This record gives sequence, C-alpha cells and structure tokens, in this order.
Amino acid sequence: MTGAEAANALFVATILTYAAAMFSYAVEYAFDKRVAKRALVAAGGADAPDDAPAESPSEAPISPVAARGAGRLGLVLTFLGTAALAASIVTRVVYTGRWPWGNMFEYTVGVALAGMVTWLVLVSRGSVPRRLGLFATFAVTMVLGTSVRVYTEAGPLVPALDSYWIVIHVTAAIAASGILLIGCVFAILHLLKRRYDRQRSDGKPIRFPLNIAERLPDANALERMTFKIHVFAFPLLTFGILAGAVWAHFAWGRYWNWDPKEVWAFIAWVVYAAYLHARVSGRSAKANAPWIAILGYAVMLFNLTAVNLVFAGLHSYAGV
Amino acid sequence: MTATLAPAPRKPKAAKRFRAFWRRWWHQLTAMRTALVLLLALALAAIPGSTFPQRSISTVDVAGYFDEHPDLAPWLDRLWAFDVYTSPWFSAIYLLLMISLAGCIVPRLGVHWKALRAKVPDAPKRMSILPYHRVLDVDANQGRARAVLKQRRWRTAVTEHEDGTFVIAAEKGYLRETGNLLFHTSIIFVLAGVAVGSLMSWYGNRILSEDKSYCNNLQQYDEYGLGAWVDETSLPRFCVTLDAFDAEFTDGGPTAYDAAVTYETAGETGKYDLQVNHPLNIDGTNVFLIGHGYTAVVTYTDRYGQTQTLHQEFLAMDAALNSEGAFKFPDANVDPETGTVDANAEVGFDAILVPTFDDSTAMLLGTDPELNNPVLALTAYTGDLGLGDGEPESVYSVNEEQIASGALTRLNEEVEVIGVGDAMTLPDGTTLTFDGVEQYAVLQVRHDPGGPVVLAGAVLLLLGLLPGLAVRRRRYWIRWNPDGTVETAGLNRNDFDGLDEECDELTAAIAPDYEPPGTHTDKSGSEQ
Ligand code: HEM
Repeated sequence: MTGAEAANALFVATILTYAAAMFSYAVEYAFDKRVAKRALVAAGGADAPDDAPAESPSEAPISPVAARGAGRLGLVLTFLGTAALAASIVTRVVYTGRWPWGNMFEYTVGVALAGMVTWLVLVSRGSVPRRLGLFATFAVTMVLGTSVRVYTEAGPLVPALDSYWIVIHVTAAIAASGILLIGCVFAILHLLKRRYDRQRSDGKPIRFPLNIAERLPDANALERMTFKIHVFAFPLLTFGILAGAVWAHFAWGRYWNWDPKEVWAFIAWVVYAAYLHARVSGRSAKANAPWIAILGYAVMLFNLTAVNLVFAGLHSYAGV
Repeated sequence: MTATLAPAPRKPKAAKRFRAFWRRWWHQLTAMRTALVLLLALALAAIPGSTFPQRSISTVDVAGYFDEHPDLAPWLDRLWAFDVYTSPWFSAIYLLLMISLAGCIVPRLGVHWKALRAKVPDAPKRMSILPYHRVLDVDANQGRARAVLKQRRWRTAVTEHEDGTFVIAAEKGYLRETGNLLFHTSIIFVLAGVAVGSLMSWYGNRILSEDKSYCNNLQQYDEYGLGAWVDETSLPRFCVTLDAFDAEFTDGGPTAYDAAVTYETAGETGKYDLQVNHPLNIDGTNVFLIGHGYTAVVTYTDRYGQTQTLHQEFLAMDAALNSEGAFKFPDANVDPETGTVDANAEVGFDAILVPTFDDSTAMLLGTDPELNNPVLALTAYTGDLGLGDGEPESVYSVNEEQIASGALTRLNEEVEVIGVGDAMTLPDGTTLTFDGVEQYAVLQVRHDPGGPVVLAGAVLLLLGLLPGLAVRRRRYWIRWNPDGTVETAGLNRNDFDGLDEECDELTAAIAPDYEPPGTHTDKSGSEQ
C-alpha cells in the first residue's frame, strides 16, 4: 500500500466511524429522556424548564441507561474517527513531504478536523452535553462528504504555495473555518430551540424538524455558546486574512488585490463583525444575530466551494 | 419644513431645529445599529467585484467582457461595475462607516480616559439586586481583602460611611475597552494606509527573457499603473538583468522558479536569487517574480539568403505551458542590390509552442510543462502584415484582419510541426529554423509607501482585538455592615459566563472559611 492509499483508507475509516458515532448519539438523543431536564452550562442562563415528556422510560424500546451507553460509545467513536482523520492527514504529509494544505480537498479535510477537535474540546471541558455530538458529527461528516467531490491526488505544490506563509495563513483559515462550523451548528440549534419554545408557549403543534429541539438545552445557553465560539474564532479569522495579505505581498507583489477569494473572505469577515455588533445593538438586533452568524458561515462555504470552482482568480490554482 | 416659511422672529428657533436635526442625524449615524447596517451593506456592495471583471485586476478581462456583452457592458460600466472598489457607491458606504466609526471612537476615548482615572463606584444600597450576591456567615478581614484584591490586580476604592459601613469596591478588565478602542482605531489606520498607497504607489510589469536587461522607466514596462500623486519622472533609477532562469518540475508540475538577476542602482551592482515569495528590495521598491514562460528562438532565411533571428516570448495557454505566439518578419525579402522593399513579401508565422510533444498520440498539445521535447506548430502567411498602419496589435498572433481581408495569404493548409534544429521550408524556398527555447520571467516592480502603514495598522488591530474580546470588565464589592454582617456582590459589565465562580473564589480567598453554596454540582452541563 502506498502512502496515498493508506491516507485514503484512513479517510474512509473516518467517515464510517463518524457515521457509527452519529447513530450512537442519535440513540442517546432519542431515548435518554432524563437529559432533557439538564441545562447547557447553567451559568448566567436560567435552567431549562422541566418540560420533558411524562412518558415513562419503560415504554421506550431502549432504556435510558442503554441510551447513555450508546452516547458514551458515540463519544469514543468520535475520538477514534478524529484520530483516524488526523492519521490520514499525517500520512499524506509523510507521503508528499510537505504541508497538507495544498488543494481544495486537503483544505476541506482540514476544516473537518478542526471542527471535530473544537467539538471534542468543548465536550471534554464539560461545556456542552455529549448527546449534541449528533449534530457535530453530522455537520463534520457533511463536510467530509463534500471533500470527496473535490478529491485530488496527493502531489507536489506549485511554487507560489511553497512558502511558510502557507502554513500560517492556511492553518489559521482552516482552524477558523472549523471552529465557525461548530459555531454555526449552535446558531442553528439555538434558532430551532427558540422556535420550539415559541410554538410551545403559543400552544401550536410541533412537527418535524422542530420536535428535534425538544431535548435541546435551554435556548439562552445555546445562544451564549454560539457567541463564545464566534468570539474565539473571529480573531483567528482576522489573523488568517492578515497573514494571507502578507503572503500575497511576497508571492504576487501586492497585499490586497480584490481577487474573488479575497473579496469573499472580506465579506465573511465583515458579516462576522456585524454578528458581534448585532449582539450588543439592542433586543431586536440580538434576536437576529444568529441569522447573521449563519449567513457568515454560508459566505465561508461559498468561498470555499463556489469561488474556487466558478471564479477565475489568482487563488484558483490553490483549488481543485 | 415649515420653519423656513416662518416669520423672522422665529428664526432662532429654526436654527435650533436645524441643529437638533443634525444632532439627531449624528446620533443616528454613530449608533451601533447603524454600524451594523453599514457593515452588512459593505458586505453586499463588495459582491459585484467578484462577479464582474475588474479594471484594477485585468483590463484584458474587462475588454473581453465588452466583446461578449456589447449591449450590457456599457450600462454596467456606467454603474462602475468594472471599478467596484473605487466606485462612488462603494466609497460612500465605507466613508459613512468610517465617519460613524470615528464618531463612535472619539466620545468613547473620552469616556474611557475618565473611567481609567475615576474612583470605582461604591456598592449600591441594596446589594442583593446584583447578579452575584452573598451574605457571609463567616468572618472576613478587611486588610486581607485589600491585599487579595490588590494581588489579583483589581483596582480598588475604599469607602467608610459615617454609620460605620465599610466598603471595598473593586473593578477589573479595563483592558477590554482599551483593546476595543485600539482595534477600532486601527481600522482607520489600515484604511489610511490603503489610501496613501492608492495615491503614492506605482507598479510595472515586465517580461524579461534570459540575458536581457531593462531599466526602471515606464517605456520599458509592458504594463504599469501610477498613483495620482506619483510623478513618472521621479521613479528611482535601476536596471535589472535576467542572467538565468530555472524552473524545477516534479511529477509534471512546477515546484520552484529561480531567477538569477543582476541589478544596478546608482553605480552599485548586486546579484540576487529572485524566487516566488522572495522579492528583491531595491531601496524600498520591490521586484517580484510573479510568473514565467518560454521564449522561442527562430531564424528566418529569406530569398536573398539574409537571415534574421528572433527571440519571441510566448504566452502560456494552460498549466502545461502550451503557449501561443507569433514570428513576424516585416522587413524580410528586401532585395540587397536595389534595397527595394516589397510590401507584399512580408512573412509571418502563427505558432504554438509545445514544451513536451508526445508523437505517440494524435494530440498536438502536451501535458508536461517541462521542456522535454519542444516543438513548434507553425502556420505561415505572406503578404502585408499590417504593421505599418499604426494600430496597436498583439505580438502574440498575426493580425487576423489582414488574413480576413486577403492581405495575407496562408501558405500551408495543415500546421507544420518542427522540433529543435529542424526547419520549415516555404513554397518560395525560404526557411524558418527552430533554434531553441529560452525562458523568460515575469517581473512585477512595485513601490507602495502605504504598505508599512497598513501592516502596522493590521498588527495593532490584532493586538486590540484579543483583549477587546477576551477580557471581561466586572465589578466586585465587599461590605461590612454596621450590624456585623458581611455582604459581597459582583456585576458583569460584559456578557460572559463565570461571574459566580470567580466571585465565589474571591470571597473564599478573602474569607477562608467561606464555603460557596452548592451551586457547582448542577452546573457541570454534560452528564457522564
Ligand atoms: C469598520 C467598521 C467596524 C468593524 C469592522 C467593527 C468590528 C468590531 C468587532 C470585531 C467588535 C468585537 C471586538 C471587540 O470588542 O473589540 C466590535 C465591537 C464593538 N464595536 Fe465595532 N466595528 C466597526 C465599527 C463600529 C462602529 C461604527 C461603532 C460605533 C457605533 C462600533 C462600536 C463597537 C462597540 C461599542 C463594540 C463593543 C461591543 C462589546 O463590548 O461587545 N463599531 N466591533
């Protein structure tokens, strides 16, 4: 088996492991009724109202104890899958003898790894309930699935990418994208839960997908977690863009060229700045803030995919 | 407005209203919500710059767009769609944002300056309304409280009331506002640097073949741009010679470009190994290596046996460096005895240079950019090349209009492919010999005095951003009441978690016997 084949095998193993983890989390999420009463990081926010359905555990096909066991298994699988993903990247590094961020496939895989590591750090610190791993593994597996569409054989780098600035710039951009992915997941969960709460207090029927929100933590706590993740990622994103400008200075002779990739990075940065402002600009703006965060991630995704594939620019050779 | 129609005595009132009107607008403009809207508007306004070709990036692409959409393009042009980032509407948004920003920063600077010197405010009468509040059932020592707070770098203020109440007020996290202000101010710095750059910078692009030199003046650049305040006669004097160019390839892809150059400035000469990502700095002007390509060398032998050798740069068409170019011999076939020029005996060739030709396939174009088996695919024309009419034309192809009008006659139906050392023979017996391939480098020379300002601004921006986001401003009070009870309270001035934990910890440090209420057990969040 060559290095490239080994890297690919590990990559496939990662996807399968994450899929299994997702399934385990789903079991815990659906059948551990007890957890619905718990709040996410109680500090500041009021505890979630005790609105767990009165359904007794014995009626469920899987007991809460078994469900929690499934959750623990999910967490172990998430760690294993992440280790396999990291190993896959390291194998590529050894095989190609260069930094692993050379094309769109590698970039996307890096984002998935950063997202998962972010998630695992949050869980390990006890900042988020384990069962929400369902949504994190789902998001990351989607990203990995997308990366397959842009798979590129491991190969050498074109000269402009052969610089230590690539390590700095791209690593920062990947880390920020991965962390923001988890931030976006929380923004969506918050909106779901908020909607769910409103429907409930209005006495309106709750249908799929809103019923998923039943076992989500308190909406306020979700909002704060969204904010914290974005606060952490924003300076990283800023640094990544600035490092890109420094690199552009050396490689292309100008630090900012309004190349499509730069335009969209600028847009993403401005949208995230708007998110941070929206949160302190009064009640109605704060209510809209999660939408702005989601818009920010949509721009990030657009920049990662469409801009590489559709627009011609200096960055396109870094692409597929 | 009715005020303008009002009788004279009411005029002062109109002026007042006018002032009030502007004050209201100023308030509106400097409100956070406006910043929010302007930020989103800026994001929106930046989009067209990525969907339409921009003059600042490539005038060729803009011209191409005009060719493709002859009806639409002029209209788009009227809306500055090809100059988005210098357009009035884009400028309007960011100028408004900058004004809003300045209007926001200046008063906050004043407020923060005062806050930094002001005394930490006393505890409210009813401390129980604060988000963190404890009544201690243990002893707390006043001296110890001061020492603990001081050691942990809280700013403290002590108040002794007449009724015997003793309060220590403490505050921490001023760095947040400092960072925040630094961050917002440096945005203005960055923009100032960009503005300086656009006024005072200049650049030029030059294609330079091996063993060729050029000097720094506008006539010698293939393309250039000058800021509004740059005097073209005052460009620094220096010359650059490309001694050798070396491209390294691995597995069919380029991995390194290396241009050995000699530069000469004010009597000084130096050698530099110019690489992508390693520019040459000549007194603040940078020379960058931004690309490379192939130069074909050919010799044409005309009817009278006269030879001319051309070194012609070719333009890459794809990543494998299959390149297009043209050889033009407008003064070929001049009778050496009479010296008469036959205007219709000019010769030109359209050519494609293939770096690695694979003769085992039917494909002309190769897939390997390295020079492993270079060939030229030639189409010859004779007649009037149309060079004398003063119209600018591409050096990379024979004039298509001359071909279409019949002024040029095509001499070979099928392209003729020749390797190095081979020759193509035309019907009149004249020959074009393919002597070899050289390399050229694409250099960009750029001077931007705004660059260091932008860089400094960017560094300050990051330095301000970190504490601006990570630091929390919070207050802590501890009060000894006349009735002997001790109360502590805490207040978060930023929206963050962890106030209770921190205050409890502080209280415990001040009163070692204090046991925080059992709030921690149900706060673990995740259940294991
Ligand atoms: C170019 C436009 C602007 C950008 C990119 C921007 C960006 C940011 C960012 C990233 C933050 C969070 C980081 C920090 O607290 O230091 C922030 C906070 C803040 N901005 Fe701006 N800003 C801009 C304009 C403005 C304007 C015009 C105002 C005045 C209305 C303003 C007022 C504030 C305030 C008060 C905060 C603190 C919020 C808090 O304490 O959480 N900003 N800004």
